[in-house]
Amino acid sequence: MAFDKNNYAPGTHPDLPPPPGTVGVVGWLKNNLFSSLSNSILTLLSMYLLYLLIEGGLSWFVVDAVVNANDKPGCRKIADGACWAVIVKRFDQFIYGFYPLAERWRIDVSFFLLFVAAAPLLYPDIKFRKYMLVFSCLYPFIAFILIKGGLFNLLMIETNLFGGAMLTVIIGVTSIACSLPLGILLALGRQSRLKLVKVISVCFIEFMRGVPLITLLFVASTMLNYFLPPGTNFNLLIRVIIMMTFFSAAYIAEVIRGGIQAIPKGQYEAADAIGLTYWQTTRFITLPQALKISIPGIVNTFIGLYKDTTLVVIIGLLDPLGIGRAALADTKWNGLSTETYLFVAVIFFISCFAMSRYSLWLEKKLSTDHN
Amino acid sequence: MKIKALLAASVAGVMFAGSVLAGTLDDVRARGKLNCIINTGLAGFAAPDDKGNWQGFDVDFCKAVAAAVLGDANKVSYTTATGKTRFTKLAAGEGEILSRNTTWTFSRDVDLAQTFIGVNYYDGQGFMVPKKLGVKSAKELDGASVCIQTGTTTELNLAEFFAGNNMKYNPVPIETNAEAQELYKAGRCDVYTTDASGLYATKMSFDNPEAHVVLPEIVSKEPLGPVVRHGDDQWADIVSWVLRAMMSAEEKGITSKNVKKLAAQDNKDKEINRLLGKDPLQGLSKLGLSADWAVNVISQVGNYAESFERNLYPLTIVRGMNALYKDGGLHYIPPIK
Amino acid sequence: MLNLLKIWRNEKSREIIVQIIVLIIFGWFISWLVGNVSGNFERLGKDLSFEFLFIPAGYDINQYLISYNNRDSHLRAAIVGLLNTGLVAICGIVIATIFGLFLGVLRLSKNWLANRIAYWYVEFTRNVPILLHILLWHGIIINTLPHPKQAIDIFDVSYLTNRGFYIPKPIAESGIELFYLFTVIAIIFAVLFSRYSKKRQELTGKQFPVFWINLMVIIVFPCIALAFNNFPISFSIPELKGFNFRGGLHLSPELIALTFALAIYTAAFIAEIVRAGILAIHKGQREAAESIGLKPDKVMNLVILPQARRVIIPPLTSQYLNLTKNSSLAIAIGYMDLVATLGGISLNQTGREMETMVLVLLIYLCISLSISSLMNWYNYRVKLVDR
Repeated sequence: MAFDKNNYAPGTHPDLPPPPGTVGVVGWLKNNLFSSLSNSILTLLSMYLLYLLIEGGLSWFVVDAVVNANDKPGCRKIADGACWAVIVKRFDQFIYGFYPLAERWRIDVSFFLLFVAAAPLLYPDIKFRKYMLVFSCLYPFIAFILIKGGLFNLLMIETNLFGGAMLTVIIGVTSIACSLPLGILLALGRQSRLKLVKVISVCFIEFMRGVPLITLLFVASTMLNYFLPPGTNFNLLIRVIIMMTFFSAAYIAEVIRGGIQAIPKGQYEAADAIGLTYWQTTRFITLPQALKISIPGIVNTFIGLYKDTTLVVIIGLLDPLGIGRAALADTKWNGLSTETYLFVAVIFFISCFAMSRYSLWLEKKLSTDHN
Repeated sequence: MKIKALLAASVAGVMFAGSVLAGTLDDVRARGKLNCIINTGLAGFAAPDDKGNWQGFDVDFCKAVAAAVLGDANKVSYTTATGKTRFTKLAAGEGEILSRNTTWTFSRDVDLAQTFIGVNYYDGQGFMVPKKLGVKSAKELDGASVCIQTGTTTELNLAEFFAGNNMKYNPVPIETNAEAQELYKAGRCDVYTTDASGLYATKMSFDNPEAHVVLPEIVSKEPLGPVVRHGDDQWADIVSWVLRAMMSAEEKGITSKNVKKLAAQDNKDKEINRLLGKDPLQGLSKLGLSADWAVNVISQVGNYAESFERNLYPLTIVRGMNALYKDGGLHYIPPIK
Repeated sequence: MLNLLKIWRNEKSREIIVQIIVLIIFGWFISWLVGNVSGNFERLGKDLSFEFLFIPAGYDINQYLISYNNRDSHLRAAIVGLLNTGLVAICGIVIATIFGLFLGVLRLSKNWLANRIAYWYVEFTRNVPILLHILLWHGIIINTLPHPKQAIDIFDVSYLTNRGFYIPKPIAESGIELFYLFTVIAIIFAVLFSRYSKKRQELTGKQFPVFWINLMVIIVFPCIALAFNNFPISFSIPELKGFNFRGGLHLSPELIALTFALAIYTAAFIAEIVRAGILAIHKGQREAAESIGLKPDKVMNLVILPQARRVIIPPLTSQYLNLTKNSSLAIAIGYMDLVATLGGISLNQTGREMETMVLVLLIYLCISLSISSLMNWYNYRVKLVDR
């Protein structure tokens, strides 16, 4: 009774406000930034770091930056910060490479259609999924004709004019689309009861995963012709796509193998019990479950592959990085490497970050399905 | 039975397809285009202009061959190669000619199994330094950082030169001329070394060329010339005689301006007649060329001097060793007989 | 016909038949490849020979861990390159691990600001291609640091320039052997001591401040050895002579950019692995440990980390492997690693692309396979025993 001065009946005491300093801005600050001495020090350090970054970065990035100039000396005349003019002047090249100006609508259309084609694959709940899937299957042919031309009065475009972000997307999307089926086959091969098939699959996978991609690209650019009958001549772009496909197929195979191994043994026993053949089991039992589990992993592999497309610059294809280096080699823009590389970095960051967000979303969605 | 027959047929087909290999000339004619391997970008020798068309001394030679075998100098498709990839690209059949300031050396000719068809530019390796360093001779370069393009004879010459003069240096290996240029300008190295012609080309592309000097020492012999694959003598002959035709045209005073007139008239100098198809040139049919081959070359591309002046004079390169023998140079052309 | 069908229906024999078919197709494919290669080689007048490895390489390399000059063979050049790859990989792995752990801990911190900074840092770093990191750092060093003539001077003994960093280089003099000996003894002692104290802790629950004791031993012991022999170490201090600094230890911009880029790129992945590994440990473990009165650092060291390690090590190893493979991008900035020597200049000079590339691929394959078999062995050792 000592502390209950007002003598409330049981259950009628009004809610008291929380003690001061535990809610609101002060409470949040206290809980999240200054909960202890070490925490406060950490906060102050972080704030200092941020201050340095903003103080130095902002003036270089924005305040002293130059957007309109014709060359580097022109930039330096105006201000001392970043010279974004190099990006502005060559923006089209960063996107389209050397694709003829009049034909660039074809790239835009293909890029837009890519989303239409990818939608039913990426969002399982979409409306008219069946019809859209038909379009997805047709898309590769449509895109090929649109981009390469040579049919339906479309001007034929040489692949050495391809470049910029468009080249990245072409290599990335084609390789991943081709590597999926190959990866599935390899994963099945690795799990196969047939010793020989297993050995071949394991060797292929381990070889591809064991060597750096750049050496494979060197093989593609210097040696592939020795392995083909005399006179066969592949376009360099196709050779690169083939190598990228093999490379990512090995990684995808491992992701899918993880998915296959996660399927409870009882599933196979049940399938055997009702008399399904190997291919029936694979088609109706194994793959649907395994693929579903491994989708996030596949998306991550794709992000990795997408980032790895930058390596093609070393063997002479002009992806955004290659375009950037070409710009730097231009005597007008010598020495602006920070600006150029940062811009390309931001292009990649935006697309890869978006994809990894998507992968997280998908993971969450799939995991709730399970519970 | 049917399956067996089919199998046999397909196996035979595969083998047959492997064994049929047309001559290079037939390949080019069938394609209607000459594939030419050139530099990724070296002002004066091969570099794209504002509209993306390749121009330069090496590019002109590609055009000349196309004019000779296809009758049209524009029927060329260009493939670029770095110093590293050029021989593999040629060996792999990505082009019929490698026209990319390539030095003629024993091991390249013999061990790499290429055919050098002649010299179209006599060059030598030199050094370029910023003027403000105050260096007057390459012998003063002890301890310098040197930018080199990899995949060339340059790095071997460099090693020999510095070792021979008991000097130390710090090599900075770079893949392409453009990158090397960028590093040189950023001050990553004190010296840039490559063939003297390349140095002049690089220097001229700077916004203040007078701030750099090319040192007087030339440390190596670099006879540059076009290269073709080993094994097709007919093609090698065509390419080498296109080069000689351009040089004899200069010797005989045939230019793109007067070639049509000279071809129409009977000239006192019978060599002009033979070159321009007025008089028969024995063996021309064995090369598979038409009588007006040289007329096409000279009218569409020009003679050696014209090509040189158009592409290399802007770089302040003088004829020097590359003048004809009668003007004190090294080009001594076998007679067209 | 019926017999054939029977054989086909029998699982065992069908497996054999399928394998035979696979073998035939595969064998045909391989022989087709080999046939093409030999046909092409013959056509081009080439042969397959590794003799080039023993002729003088003729080119110079700007960084070598074993003595090398241009009269040495291509084989030695390749070994120099391989060692350079190893150097960058090891430095990169050490820095990446330390930095990654630090970031991972920040990502778990309750401090909102630090947590957010770490989060955005990790996201930005790992979503940008590694090649860009390398070029960006190289560009920054080359374009923003001063020429040697205006070098940034650190206490007159170290210098930062756009030609690289120059730091004093310790030079051993006679009498240094005792120092090496004591260092080895100190390390052996540290290993034995931590084993002993771990055992003791498991048996009795009593603990030593192992880390501090070991640190003391490793620092003090060798110092005693040095003092005993009157400090048999001198330093070569870099000095500006002519074009560049001479003397001292030279870290080239390529080495720094490559190590740094590889380390911070991989650190971002390691941070996520560490975070995921620690989060994977059930909350109850921490609560139980706290409820029996363990201090926070003891909770971490004795309860969380030993369990998290099992989750962390496998992906961590594959990150190390990735780092090593990514170091082959050195070629983009002209660092002379294995790909740039054997697969680069040696390839150009000798024109033997088949032989050099096969060697390069095999060497990388050996590195990868040995690291992954080491990992498998470790996994097997720490595997949870099902009860």
